[in-house]
Amino acid sequence: MISRSEIFETLEMIDQQHLDIRTITLGISLLDCADPNPETACRKIYDKITRLAANLVRTGEDIEEEFGIPIVNKRISVTPLALAAAASETEDYVPFALALDRAAAETGVNFIGGFSALVHKGFTAADRKLVKAIPRALAETERVCSSVNVASTKSGINMDAVALMGRIIKETADLTADRGSLGCAKLVAFCNAVEDNPFMAGAFHGVGEPECVINVGISGPGVVHHALLDCKGATFDVVAETVKRTAFRVTRMGQLVAREASSRLGVPFGVVDLSLAPTPAIGDSVADILEEMGLERVGTHGTTAALALLNDAVKKGGLMAASHCGGLSGAFIPVSEDAGMIASAEAGTLCLDKLEAMTCVCSVGLDMIALPGDTPAETLSAILADEAAIGMVNNKTTAARLIPAVGKTVGDRVDFGGLLGSAPVIGVHPESSAVFVARGGRIPAPLQSLRN
Amino acid sequence: MRAIVTVIGKDRVGIIAGVCTRFAEWQVNILDISQTVMQGNFTMTMLVDLEKCELPFQEVSEQLRLRGEEMQLSIRMQREDIFEAMHRV
Repeated sequence: MISRSEIFETLEMIDQQHLDIRTITLGISLLDCADPNPETACRKIYDKITRLAANLVRTGEDIEEEFGIPIVNKRISVTPLALAAAASETEDYVPFALALDRAAAETGVNFIGGFSALVHKGFTAADRKLVKAIPRALAETERVCSSVNVASTKSGINMDAVALMGRIIKETADLTADRGSLGCAKLVAFCNAVEDNPFMAGAFHGVGEPECVINVGISGPGVVHHALLDCKGATFDVVAETVKRTAFRVTRMGQLVAREASSRLGVPFGVVDLSLAPTPAIGDSVADILEEMGLERVGTHGTTAALALLNDAVKKGGLMAASHCGGLSGAFIPVSEDAGMIASAEAGTLCLDKLEAMTCVCSVGLDMIALPGDTPAETLSAILADEAAIGMVNNKTTAARLIPAVGKTVGDRVDFGGLLGSAPVIGVHPESSAVFVARGGRIPAPLQSLRN
Repeated sequence: MRAIVTVIGKDRVGIIAGVCTRFAEWQVNILDISQTVMQGNFTMTMLVDLEKCELPFQEVSEQLRLRGEEMQLSIRMQREDIFEAMHRV
């Protein structure tokens, strides 16, 4: 039998160290919802989502109750809408976003991802319509998340898309200015986007995925931090081992929940995403882990090395615990959603350039970063291009979720509420990148050998 | 289905009886039980079998929680699988 100490250790992880399942995400293919009549297509989309996800939230709550482990989010991802809507004879894609929003509200999920386009090599007519609709779609819906893949290792960086996305981000910020430019918190620009990501705002259901699938995102920065408290002064070998062991346990729990959700919903299990996802709650911070390794404050010299160790150890520990891993898998460093990152950004230690360096070695990228409202669209595009270049050259997913908060300047704070947290506005370089961005075209795919 | 029940709170007379009587009523079989008192704090862990129990898991869990509130204890029941997953390979 499980020993008393093991039982109480588990309870302590849940009660005091914020151990939870971060998300159960149901992926749904919308390819069969295509219809020349956009209204019919919207109806098919709504009907299919509400049919397949009817029991998602209730099933999640039942599992929470029986296992005594919180499942923070129940969410839905769908086929990139630019694919599902391409057959419809319409110029306006906002109604598709409204249909997704209604379906999300009906099923009770807090976010639905997939108002997306994959344009890493170029735009289809549908891709253009979708991207053009993003600002209004995000302003007029509550739960819809949007993403655009602008680059990949195999095809390079679509700089026309990068230039366009800078303007789209600005427009989204303007249209949601009354809510702290919240729309931008639901918009991600990707390089090497993955098809099975359960985490928002970048989740979508890729074309290589089955009709319907369950993906689970785990979490647990608080548990890793707590485990490291016993390793004071120990070598990095010990630190890495401790992180691995902890990640293994947390992932086993994720695998259990994923299997249970899959069997109860009658939907195949896809992947466990081995991610350390922080929340704004005290004690649930990735920054705390890095500081526990011996950094006075996250963002100082040594941060990139610490994050590299953490990111790698989380994956190594988790891999053996799950039958299939995927998604983004790694440590997230969203500034607004991590109390330690917020503190460091406010103190001026954590700047955009250091964050960019950190994204070379961690999962995803420049995440939930509030920038001054007067940041030019070209500067946003240039930041996207830098981030895409890191992903492209290093064969990894990178993303940028930037919030040029209207009316705010360096030192101000933007509050998004809930899990999205609040972010101090951090500065960008004042020197212009406009001529660079205006060139357009494609940055060619990088060489895959001679890799130094 | 097997579950782990944990009871935590201030020690007093009749805690075990208070919980076990309910289990008997519900046909929940107690497979293992261990309790200790440290500095006046009572902790008990039980392994129970819900095979013959006619109430749904959620109902048993909720009734236990309410019973805990009456007795000023924290009582919770979780499926054994979660502990197995975390602590056994």
